[in-house]
Amino acid sequence: MAEYKRPTTKAEFDKNFKQKKPLMNDTEAYYEASRCLFCYDAPCVQACPTSIDIPLFIKQIHTDNITGASKTIFDANWLGNACGVVCPTGVLCEGACVYNHQDVPPIQIGRLQNYATNTSIDSKKELFKAGQSNGKKIAVIGAGPAGIACACEARTLGYDVDIFEAKEKPSGLTVYGIAPYKITNEEVLKEVAYLQDQLGFHIKYNNAITSKNELAALETKYDAIFIGVGLGATRHLGLDGEDKKGVVGAVEFIEELRMKHHEVKVPAKVVVIGGGNTAMDAASEAARMGARKTVLAYRNSKENMGAYGFEYDLAISAGVDSLFNVTPIAIVGNGTVEGVKFAKTELIEGKLQTNMNNTFVVRCDLVIKATGQAKQGHLYSLIDGLDIDNKTRIIINNEFQTSNPQYFAGGDAINGGAEVVNAAYDGKMAAQGIHNWLNK
Amino acid sequence: MIDLSINFGGIKAPNPFWLASAPPTNSGYQIMKAFEAGWGGAVWKTLGVPVVNVSSRYGSVNYRNTRMMGFNNIELITDRPLADNLREIEEVKKYFPDHAVIASLMVESRAEWEQIIKDVENAGADGIELNFGCPHGMCERGMGSAVGQEPDVLKTIVGWVKEAANIPVITKLSPNISHITDPGLAAVEGGTDSISLINTIKSIVGIDLDSYAPYPIVDGKGTNGGYCGPAVKPIAMHMLKDLAQHPEISKVPLSGIGGIETWRDVVEFILLGATSVQVCTAVMHYGFGIVREMEAGLRQFMEDKGYNTIYDFAGKALPNVTEWKHLNLKHKVVAEINADKCVGCDLCYIACDDGAHQAIALSDDPTNRIPSIIEENCVGCNLCSLVCPVEDCITMVKKDDGTQSITWNERTLNDDIPVSFDDDRAGGKGHFVPEPSDALKKKR
Ligand SMILES: Cc1cc2nc3c(=O)[nH]c(=O)nc-3n(C[C@H](O)[C@H](O)[C@H](O)COP(=O)(O)OP(=O)(O)OC[C@H]3O[C@@H](n4cnc5c(N)ncnc54)[C@H](O)[C@@H]3O)c2cc1C
Ligand code: SF4
Repeated sequence: MAEYKRPTTKAEFDKNFKQKKPLMNDTEAYYEASRCLFCYDAPCVQACPTSIDIPLFIKQIHTDNITGASKTIFDANWLGNACGVVCPTGVLCEGACVYNHQDVPPIQIGRLQNYATNTSIDSKKELFKAGQSNGKKIAVIGAGPAGIACACEARTLGYDVDIFEAKEKPSGLTVYGIAPYKITNEEVLKEVAYLQDQLGFHIKYNNAITSKNELAALETKYDAIFIGVGLGATRHLGLDGEDKKGVVGAVEFIEELRMKHHEVKVPAKVVVIGGGNTAMDAASEAARMGARKTVLAYRNSKENMGAYGFEYDLAISAGVDSLFNVTPIAIVGNGTVEGVKFAKTELIEGKLQTNMNNTFVVRCDLVIKATGQAKQGHLYSLIDGLDIDNKTRIIINNEFQTSNPQYFAGGDAINGGAEVVNAAYDGKMAAQGIHNWLNK
Repeated sequence: MIDLSINFGGIKAPNPFWLASAPPTNSGYQIMKAFEAGWGGAVWKTLGVPVVNVSSRYGSVNYRNTRMMGFNNIELITDRPLADNLREIEEVKKYFPDHAVIASLMVESRAEWEQIIKDVENAGADGIELNFGCPHGMCERGMGSAVGQEPDVLKTIVGWVKEAANIPVITKLSPNISHITDPGLAAVEGGTDSISLINTIKSIVGIDLDSYAPYPIVDGKGTNGGYCGPAVKPIAMHMLKDLAQHPEISKVPLSGIGGIETWRDVVEFILLGATSVQVCTAVMHYGFGIVREMEAGLRQFMEDKGYNTIYDFAGKALPNVTEWKHLNLKHKVVAEINADKCVGCDLCYIACDDGAHQAIALSDDPTNRIPSIIEENCVGCNLCSLVCPVEDCITMVKKDDGTQSITWNERTLNDDIPVSFDDDRAGGKGHFVPEPSDALKKKR
């Protein structure tokens, strides 16, 4: 079990958040690429949400056509570089690699993908050009993976694209939310800059679209609008004492961490509430920030956790402790958090019941709520005739068009929270959907 | 008791593992190091006419993650002074009297041959190998493969050498010729004591895509090299077999050369009639230490099979290497896929569908990637089993009961061979082939 010292410098932070999938060097890439079997109708391609022609790009790497490999990747996935290191490859492409069936380690597809695209990005290799202008304009709300992918694809089709982004950096949760040991801020921003240099879409930062007036202005000025706003802030739990100092939402905690790195001070004792991937990330990160004790508390059993097993393992290996079948009932403390009061839960007749007779307090200085993000329901309610489902996800047809025909959507806003690769796929397809619609 | 020692046409050695005349035998230092490591003999880097070498001498063919699968060189014979080499031969023999030290020679005139033979005999060499093989550089000066390609000239020179030499003579043949038996027979008629083969094959291993020059590049230009390494083994074995099956040539011992790296290679060459083997590229790649794996493997093989000396099994494969016309046309194998081992790469499917006989089917259920053999379409060509990446997953299973046999030769004698293109007796008649337009329908 790892013990992390609180990082006080950038170097210490980088050490504690050492990249899980570091950039391959040429030799590593060459040997790894040589292992690919070039399967027919390869299962890895089927497992990739963006259907990258993986055997092709691996062969291209092996034959020293790195530019070609990079093109193959970006052709299918505009965020191919980030995806290579942030995708949960074990359950996607690499999980499907046939080598697994003979207990041979699967090809490191993600790292090869990252290697190839990184080579083009670093050498500023020009791979794409904007299409000839067709005089039409698209507005994109949100510069997350979905928005960026939509913008890139739309530019190749000849549209003028303006992205309206609430924050001051592009790429949404890839830069504000994903664990720092998966990708660095520099790497995320480098990829967007690379794409922007070639394709020339505009991003208007600190430009949240929040009112009916602003939407109306977009509707007049643009032929189509893509909604790629992702999810909102961490949901309120409604616990007693939840407003005490020292109770934070996971995405807010992670965002601060990603922006301020070692300048963030994580106290000695941390409780993370939740059982999803975000909870695992937050717990891992708190431990890596030097918390002496980090406890992960989940209301159901280990088997029922939403998180991937490997993310849980990673948290445990960072020194995180876990508590199962416990649910928080109050935050205790005097203005500032001093602990979380939990009640045990048990499965009675297939239903998880809270046993109020069995409660206890876990002392801590920081509570991180990783119990889900709210949806952007308010924004959706401002758009005329926009249908959402009972989980506040925007409903789209197979062209990624919403019930208001001028609006298209993709990413976490339509799936309720998935991966970057899904957002990248949606954004690309939505741009094609817009193109088909405008050319009907 | 296993005894690996050999007597190769009068040259004795503690084992059949010899270093071929090449860079690893350039000096007494290297050869002593090799003998220490376990090699039984060494053919000294060719001594002869004065030469000058170029810088940048080797090129390589890499395959996947394997370096030097094929290897070529444009290095000439030794460029070290003759006196130094002779002195070192003498010294090596002093330390290793029982090991075979063979002097490879290449000169032009009869007088030169006679002189150099005397020199190496005086130095204590156990034998002479005539380098009639180098396909680069030296041949432009009328030596090396230029001799190997002219059986009459070769025979004459072998005659000169035999007349002058008191120690055994090995003639090393060039593969750069249509029928290896022509120079082989010439060597035997010239009186050679034994033959070694193959020397390197004329080759261009690659072209640099920026300078447009062949490898190895010497200041922007290149020339053909001599090809060796694992890639040439099949060619070497075929030529060895041709000599070993020849009634006259097979009277002399044969030393096998060409891509030998492991004990398996050694055993295969011996099974085809070699009674010593010579190695170069593998040593250039991994050093002298590889001989340990060769020796251990050879001993294990002999122990498992109950052989005491390599002569117990030398040439044992030769009766089974026959002409096509003597193969049993009734023999039938078909592929069988072990579903438990199959990983679902479907390479066998695409190999058969695109490259063979459309005898492998994919499941209609896209989640099931395990292909199946369409037995009636399978001609038993082996392709699927060769492309399969899993050990023993696809096997070729015998389907005939072994009671019947007929060969093309026998059918010819019986007057039972197809005589026209549409003859019913022709092989492919009635065999399944899809409609051409099916190519456009098939999609998964
Ligand atoms: C903690 C955490 C860890 C994760 N780890 C991974 C991982 O390892 N691998 C992986 O593949 N995925 C991971 N994900 C999921 C992944 O980040 C998301 O699926 C992906 O970023 C969704 O992309 P998006 O474009 O739909 O939304 P977002 O990335 O959320 O981007 C939305 C953008 O829209 C902007 N925006 C929102 N509202 C407005 C508005 N009204 N006006 C203007 N702009 C607005 C936001 O500022 C943001 O930039 C993680 C998510 C979280 C929360
Ligand atoms: S995008 Fe993600 S899932 Fe697809 S091949 Fe790349 S790493 Fe694998």
